[in-house]
This record gives sequence, C-alpha cells and structure tokens, in this order.
Amino acid sequence: MESLLHITTLHYLVLGAGLFLLGVIGVLTRRNVVIVLMSIELILNAVNLNLVAFSRMWGGLHGQIFAIFVITDAAAEAAVGLGILIAFFRNKETVNIDEVNLLKW
Amino acid sequence: MAPVATPFFFYLFAAIMLIGGILVITRKNPVHSALALIVTLLAQASVYLMLYAPFVAGVQIILYAGGIMVLFLFVIMLVSIDRSIRERQFNSQWVVGLIAAVALGGLFIAVYMKGMSVFPEHALSVIENDNTQNVASMLYGQYMFPFEIASLLLLVAIIGAVVMAKKRI
Repeated sequence: MESLLHITTLHYLVLGAGLFLLGVIGVLTRRNVVIVLMSIELILNAVNLNLVAFSRMWGGLHGQIFAIFVITDAAAEAAVGLGILIAFFRNKETVNIDEVNLLKW
Repeated sequence: MAPVATPFFFYLFAAIMLIGGILVITRKNPVHSALALIVTLLAQASVYLMLYAPFVAGVQIILYAGGIMVLFLFVIMLVSIDRSIRERQFNSQWVVGLIAAVALGGLFIAVYMKGMSVFPEHALSVIENDNTQNVASMLYGQYMFPFEIASLLLLVAIIGAVVMAKKRI
C-alpha cells in the first residue's frame, strides 16, 4: 500500500510499459492501416514517457531533449506513413493492411 | 511550488491514458480511435507536467494533439472508411500477434520485478523554473548538430510525403 501511494520513477515506467503493450497489440492485430499508424504513435509516446521519467530521476534535461527529438521523428513518420497510405488507397481502394501484398511472392 | 495530491492525479491520468489507449486499438471507426488518441495524448501532457517538464508538455499538446492528429483526421477524411468498418477488424494473424504481445508483457513484468530495487525511492529535486530556457540553451548548444539533423529529417519527410501523395510527379 505504501509503495502504491508513493509515486516513484518505477510507476511512470510501468505506465509507459502498459502503453507500449497496448501499442504493440494494436500494431500486431489490427487490420486498418490508419489504426496501425496510431498504435505506432502510442508506442512512441510510451518511449517518450520513459525518457521524461528518467530525465526527472537523474535531474537533468537530456531525457526531455530526446523526447523532443522523438516527437520530431513521430511527426516525420506520420507524414510519410500517411502519404504512403494515400498512394496505396489510390491504387487498391482499400485501407486493410493484409491486402498490402504487392511485394509478396 | 510543492505538488499536491500527486498519487491521486497520477492514477487519474494513468487511468485516462490506458483507457484511451484501449479505445484506440478496439474502436471500429478510425475517427473514434483518433479522438481517443487525442485524449490519451492530453493526459500524457499532464503527466509530463507532473514530471516537471512543462516544455515537453506544451510541445506534446501543440505538435501531437494539434498537428499530427489533424493530419490523421485529414487522411481519414480522404480515404473511404465505409468498407473497412463493415469488414472484420482484426487481421488473420491476430492470435499469433496477441501471443507475442503477451510474451512481451511477461518480459516487462519479469524485468521490472527483478530490477525494481535499481530505482531510487525518492526522485531528485530539479530546478522548477527556467525549464524552457534550459531546454533551449541545450538544444542550441550541446545538441546543435542533432537539432540541425532533425530539420533535415523534416525536410526529407516533407518531400517524401508530397511525392507519395501526389498523383503524377
């Protein structure tokens, strides 16, 4: 009980792990590409939460800087991913990820 | 300023984040997923504030909830989702995927149970004010080179997105 009421770094890490797991489940099981991309955002957010929690633990700002870089990457990833999605939808008229099999032989 | 009722707000925002995450991966309609994801991102910004990271919290709200999610909603608007809502929502390997995710969860639990004692009981006290100034001076000083590379990455992403989405180049 005492350890539940006293919030430490570990609590934030467990929260990040839970969010990461939700993202992994979304990526591995969902069929809609848009939701798969959103699950990737969930994963990146879990990583960010860990980085900021460690930044607080060590008292520096390096973790926060890294979190900002990860957010930049997430923006670039979302832009390119959604561009690919639009190109794919124009060719195949679907957003289901298991119909993306042009490179499969 | 000393934080008030930290456990209460931590568990409140953690619950909002996790419920939002569950809604993201279970909703049929991608618009509902996007709205749930916005709720999750805003709750996470609050958690950043609890961790004394106001600049990251602001960036999270402006860039994630304001920028990236608008991009998502635009794309949902551009692609037709009527057909995919009526079809089954999970791909054919979902059992294997779920097993892999559960295995990963077991790994997390094992690692955190074993490594629990590594983390200190009390968080270090940090300077609460001047967070934004300190982040900026580090970004433009020590992290100058990665910062420039990030701008290059964004340029490449812009070009890539335009080339992908354009009908004929």
